[in-house]
Amino acid sequence: MTIALITSILWVTIRAGTSLLYATIGEILTERAGILNLGVEGIMIVGAVTGFAAAFHTKQVWVGVGVAMLAGAVMASIHAFLSVSLRAEQVVSGLALTIFGTGLANYLGQRLGPNGAPLVGMVGPKFTPVSLPGLADIPILGKSVFNQDVLTYATYLLVPLLWYFVNRTRPGLHLRAVGENPQTADAMGVHVAGIRYFYTIVGGMLIALGGAHLSLAYTPGWTEGLTAGRGWIAVALVIFATWDPVRAVVGAILFGGINAVQFRMQAAGTTIPAAFLNMLPYAFTIVVLVLITWWEGIRKRVGAPGALGLPYAREEKR
Amino acid sequence: MRIRLERRLKPSRAAGILVPLISLILALAFGGLILLATGANPLVTYKAMAVGAFGSRYAISETLVKAIPLILCGLGVAVAFRMRFWNIGAEGQLAMGGFAAAWVALFLPGLLPDLPPKWLLPLMIVAGMLAGAVWGLIPALLRAFVGVNEVITTLMMNYIAILWIEYLFYGPWRDPKGYGFPGTAPFPQEAWLPRYPGTRVHLGLVFAIVAAIVLWLVLTRTKWGYEVRVIGENPRAARYAGISLWRNFLLVMLVSGALAGLAGVGEVAGISHRLQKGLTVGYGYTAIIVAWMGQLNPWGVVLVGILLAGLLVGGDQIQITMRLPAAVALVLQGAILFFMLGGVLFNQYRLRVDVGLRRRPVRPTLPAEGGES
Repeated sequence: MTIALITSILWVTIRAGTSLLYATIGEILTERAGILNLGVEGIMIVGAVTGFAAAFHTKQVWVGVGVAMLAGAVMASIHAFLSVSLRAEQVVSGLALTIFGTGLANYLGQRLGPNGAPLVGMVGPKFTPVSLPGLADIPILGKSVFNQDVLTYATYLLVPLLWYFVNRTRPGLHLRAVGENPQTADAMGVHVAGIRYFYTIVGGMLIALGGAHLSLAYTPGWTEGLTAGRGWIAVALVIFATWDPVRAVVGAILFGGINAVQFRMQAAGTTIPAAFLNMLPYAFTIVVLVLITWWEGIRKRVGAPGALGLPYAREEKR
Repeated sequence: MRIRLERRLKPSRAAGILVPLISLILALAFGGLILLATGANPLVTYKAMAVGAFGSRYAISETLVKAIPLILCGLGVAVAFRMRFWNIGAEGQLAMGGFAAAWVALFLPGLLPDLPPKWLLPLMIVAGMLAGAVWGLIPALLRAFVGVNEVITTLMMNYIAILWIEYLFYGPWRDPKGYGFPGTAPFPQEAWLPRYPGTRVHLGLVFAIVAAIVLWLVLTRTKWGYEVRVIGENPRAARYAGISLWRNFLLVMLVSGALAGLAGVGEVAGISHRLQKGLTVGYGYTAIIVAWMGQLNPWGVVLVGILLAGLLVGGDQIQITMRLPAAVALVLQGAILFFMLGGVLFNQYRLRVDVGLRRRPVRPTLPAEGGES
């Protein structure tokens, strides 16, 4: 393999992994607070369409990012309200969010173009890769790791910060306590409902940002079904990452890498039908999930927050 | 003023009927806001949808056509959900059912020239149900023996099944005389499900109703139905009672997948008479709403299946007549589910509003309680 090939595969891997990484760490934050949000796919796709529409009309990519995150916050707060205040079944609420989000995104995609026309095929502003001065001269890494767009660079800072926040700070401790054992957290004087709302909404904003990275950077523009199951892969990656933001990076690189290999093989004119190549990420998700579940089972380690998916009501004993 | 939730001693029957109805009304109001915000008139839109779905003999027949896969998949999802096994793979199980039925219709007569033609349809039905069941069994095995999260596996298998049938009708199975249309050659006439004259309503409707009756009997009258309910309500109690979890995971998913597979058979043998693009249009996902809104009860599933089929047909109609995206129907589906979820709370809880006329006794030695709802 030539250096150029390695560089290009690594470059695509990181680019493709960024949206997955945002969605995964968003879901990790949510689940760490004990809320299972299966609406990731729906939030991502709404983030993608609203982000692109806003950027298209204002000609400002950052307005797109802001609007996408706002949309993500609104979507996630529906889930928070149903799960926290109304103690609804979280699995079904998340599915509802995905069905609703998919429909809403398709609807908006057909209405939010110029003068109520569809958005499909429109060209808007986008994030382009910027190489970092000084670091760009490093062989291989310079033209891959340090030749990305701003949203990708942001993850280089966000992930370590988030790890530190969750594991080493007092608010991070409260977050973990609420997810592991809300009764105890409540007794400690932590506001369980408030914290669950907060992290579900912040998580939703990050998930929507992942969607916006697709429509504003990775594959600029809007098409129906743009997210193509990435939200669900992110849900699987949370398990793969054992709820740890740093391990989420490994997962995102793994799945970004599959995308990169897929592109390479298609570009090289392989005889394998495209449909089979397109199955790879989904089949791989199942395989990875089976292996990690089996492995964690052997080590008798349960990575999931203790109270994941369970509503908390102070007046009721479990 | 304080608003509190109080647990009811018994689930409310009235709420069981009122909640889905009120949810539907609130969802329409909520959807109306979205329509308004994007410059469409909600009243005109809804009227067009209602007329498009139930306004004529033809409209009603088309609604029934779409109700068939929704009821069958909805029944399958409902059985699994009763056990809190989250099968969201009905879409893929339907696709595999369609695939197996198509294989039988297209290739079996060539392999077995002596096969009496009247056997073709029954074999297609068996093959389709088997294929759906097998596709559902894989996530069940993984859940039962490795503990893999079934939400993700059932969903990932949807994508794989859809790509698989697309590969077939775009690739090796594509009809060479089809002018490039993505679909297989048409099935022989013996492989067509009989239709009610003058409409596209096919025998699948009878299958759906029979399936609902059988399922209702099994769930309410047999020991197995009882086991499924116990596992759903309290898996730990089920284990102590000696109910095998893994056996029931497998059984439930065999039934669930077979029902979705049957829906796939109905679509290819009753409607398109070939395997073609447009087999997987989201019935498997809508089935989740059908099951939940029907409160996981077979009769509820039948009723809601017809109602939501009307919503889909109405959505297609406004796309044609008002040039509004049919996705409106999908938005409304999601919204209905939100309100249903919120509303189910009132089956189990009642709202108590303390206006503050009766003061609570002051306990000066204790710190003031937090203002949590």
